[in-house]
Amino acid sequence: MSVPGAWFLALGAVLFAVGAVGLLVRRNVLVMFMCIELMLNAANLTLVTFARMLNDVGGQALVFFVLVVAAAEVVVGLGLVVAIFRRRRDATADDLHILKG
Amino acid sequence: MSALLPATPMFGATTVDTAVFLIGAVIILAGAFGVVLSRNPVHAALNLVATLFGVAVLFVEQGANFLAAVQVIVYAGAIVVLFLFVIMFLGVDRLENLADEPLPAQRPLAIVLAVLALGGLVALGVEAHWAVGAHSVAGPVQGASGGDVGALGKAVFTTYLFPFEITAALLLIAVVGAVVLARRPTGQSSPPPDGDQAAADDGPAGTLAAEEPAAVAAVNELPSEEVVR
Repeated sequence: MSVPGAWFLALGAVLFAVGAVGLLVRRNVLVMFMCIELMLNAANLTLVTFARMLNDVGGQALVFFVLVVAAAEVVVGLGLVVAIFRRRRDATADDLHILKG
Repeated sequence: MSALLPATPMFGATTVDTAVFLIGAVIILAGAFGVVLSRNPVHAALNLVATLFGVAVLFVEQGANFLAAVQVIVYAGAIVVLFLFVIMFLGVDRLENLADEPLPAQRPLAIVLAVLALGGLVALGVEAHWAVGAHSVAGPVQGASGGDVGALGKAVFTTYLFPFEITAALLLIAVVGAVVLARRPTGQSSPPPDGDQAAADDGPAGTLAAEEPAAVAAVNELPSEEVVR
């Protein structure tokens, strides 16, 4: 018999928590983006595990769409980072307090 | 625990599966901690590659071969390369002092919140017996003709056809948004961001400003092409 799905789900939860800590703790915008990718991968792992446990292809199809949305998000996000860098030579999230009205 | 799984003997021996899972889990968690704890953004990106490959290994172990290939091609091949390109392009590959924290309460609060969330997730999983519900609602994966590629293709192009078309629109919007973000506003001549370097090079500042938008546009088009392919 194969590895229980619960192990994969627990691993996905741990990976999500690590990514969330990184997103909350780090101040470099690029590293924060990478932590978002970690959390997306944790969700993908969970979805594939559910697809196997329930023998349902819907989970895998959802992972497919998550990949597409992640790619689009990274494109726009890094475009924003580049645009911010043009004005300020810095990429820490704290410096974006100038956005407040 | 094993009663919760479908009793299809499509996976191999337990020892091999367990070893693959453990090795993959170690790679994933080591890469994840590397991303969070690296002082250098380039090292964080390379640790992210390790995590993505580990997730791809676990995809293969669970029979999602197509998604594992897409994971490696799109994530490790396009997205991380895009990250590295932006890191190099902006020249931010300098070390960050992790001990410098302007908000002293942020780190313990973040760790406490994440541990609470993790505990809540695991408790929910245990309480709900991890995965319950109707099996094979959108179609079976195991035993489908054409394997997981056939099952996924049939689902995407029949059941999920409308979301798939919306995906195309989303990618188009992302490309347009990236181009709009990347182009310099015409008419006003903004000074180059690193004016001291341009002055030191004593080269014409116009070439710098002219080359930059093309490079940015090239960066922004990378991942969408990968996904479409």
